[in-house]
Amino acid sequence: MININSKLNSKIFEKDVELVPTRKGFGEGLLIAGEKDEKIIGLCADLTESTQMHLFAKKFPERFIEIGVSEQNLATVASGVAAMGSLPVISSYAMFSPGRNWEQIRTTICYNDRKVLVAGNHTGVSVGPDGGTHQALEDIALMRVIPNLVVVSPCDAIEARKATIEALSSKITTPVYIRLGREKTPIITTEETPFEIGKVSVFYESKKPEVTIIATGSLVYNALVSARELEEDGVGTIVLNLSSIKPIDKKTIIENVQKTGAVVTVEEHQVAGGMGSAVAEVLGEFFPAPIEFIGVKDKFGQSGTMNELIEHYGMGVKDIKEAVMKVISRK
Amino acid sequence: MEKLTDQKIKFLEETANNIRQSIIEMLVEAKSGHTAGPLGMADVFTALFFHALKHNSKEPFWEERDRVVLSNGHICPVYYATLAHAGYLPTEELMTLRKFGSRLQGHPHREFLPILETSSGPLGCGLSQAIGMALADRIKNGKNSTKQFYVLMGDGEQDEGNVWEAYLLAGKEKIGNLTMIIDRNNIQIDGFTENILPLEPFKQKLEAFNFDVQEIDGHDFNKIIEAIEKAQSVTDKASVIIADTIPGKGVKEWENKFEWHGKPPTKEEGEMALKELRSR
Repeated sequence: MININSKLNSKIFEKDVELVPTRKGFGEGLLIAGEKDEKIIGLCADLTESTQMHLFAKKFPERFIEIGVSEQNLATVASGVAAMGSLPVISSYAMFSPGRNWEQIRTTICYNDRKVLVAGNHTGVSVGPDGGTHQALEDIALMRVIPNLVVVSPCDAIEARKATIEALSSKITTPVYIRLGREKTPIITTEETPFEIGKVSVFYESKKPEVTIIATGSLVYNALVSARELEEDGVGTIVLNLSSIKPIDKKTIIENVQKTGAVVTVEEHQVAGGMGSAVAEVLGEFFPAPIEFIGVKDKFGQSGTMNELIEHYGMGVKDIKEAVMKVISRK
Repeated sequence: MEKLTDQKIKFLEETANNIRQSIIEMLVEAKSGHTAGPLGMADVFTALFFHALKHNSKEPFWEERDRVVLSNGHICPVYYATLAHAGYLPTEELMTLRKFGSRLQGHPHREFLPILETSSGPLGCGLSQAIGMALADRIKNGKNSTKQFYVLMGDGEQDEGNVWEAYLLAGKEKIGNLTMIIDRNNIQIDGFTENILPLEPFKQKLEAFNFDVQEIDGHDFNKIIEAIEKAQSVTDKASVIIADTIPGKGVKEWENKFEWHGKPPTKEEGEMALKELRSR
């Protein structure tokens, strides 16, 4: 059953659950943070509305810099902005930032210790019709290997708003990467749902859990639906929302895997190097357990609708349930 | 800027000579590093830190200081040596270049030496950082800004696409207090720039971006300082100073040889070079 302490959306399993893209949460969070802190400067590479930075840019045109379609410049100009004590936020599609400007983010932002919020939009196959060129499936891997960088992958628009505000607060002193989606996805959390960068939340816990499902991004929803259906079938699970991929909350992960002894990770990303790999690194060191990885398995994306592609690449509810049964058999 | 007298020029020439000697001593001791670029840019660095810049070595983080971004980080021996001679670092520390635990990393890293405006090494990223600094300053201070922003680039690094992205933005934003000084020494690792990836007609290309472009002898203090003064006086667009320099300048045998781009002198070669410089 849903962990009551997580205070999730009461309509989560209803047909008319509200659908909002996580990028919208980012845009709203940036606007709220920008109203409080005049040091915040927005920079965009010709995708202002699409990345939802237009909310900030319209309100604070004097604090918005249009960079044009030049993502290498986007990252490096932001580094210079941060050098003057301002707080830059850069947004583009993740395939271009951090896809194209990875080295600039590494050297001029992270190595240089400049606090910049890097917002990667249009991640995962759920981008849909634009096709594989625009579906970032490698960005978690690219970002989590860089020292001095926080990596956050919110599960819904509300969490994306909270993560954006926290990333821009004085609590966080390092650069941050926030992973966002294009399509409308279910609102899972509420204003009251606890969120903190660096912490994992238990969203679901059956009485006798046999498997710990660890999910990130909007696929947390599919993980929750799977957990509910499995419970009806008599299979108990725990579902963790791992929105903070780096730093990773080892303690909570280990505690919740110790209860079950088996894991399924769920992410809209390449299995290689993604969130599941990060979990495997933790468990391999502290509590080895069998793991099944739900994610894209060494393939590029393609055109289609979000649901078609999620199913095609094996990230649907059916796939998660199968992975749960498989990992139980491996115990 | 103070008036440039004959006496001051003599002082600048002596200082640049001392900086060149330090560069050679550092590189001999480090047994690795770049030689040609640092020697070639010693006069420009001297003109900046001993005449043109608004800065204070006693207060390295003074908010109102002019900003200098070194884009081609591999020429950092000249940067470190200049900082030492200008009072930012003990000159003895120069001998730690490239060694374990040193503040003087092989390519500049401000985590180790926080007085650096930026870390650099991977080419083509300095101009856009200087633009970011100038734009943030403009957002904060508007027309009241009293700072000048300088970026020092190499000609080899003009091959990087990031530089041209930055030129487009600098042209659009008309950043009057930004001056780009480009070390035109015509060499890069694999050979002469015009054979590797030709830049010419370079001045015309830069003029087309709506910059005020000057091309000068990068070893003539009168010309360097006159060009910086002119650049400061242009307030409606960014300025470029193409500084024609001789790679390896000051050591006759090394001048204009691209082979000296990325290697240090041996002890014997270093002694020969120091003798030549000390005899000036």
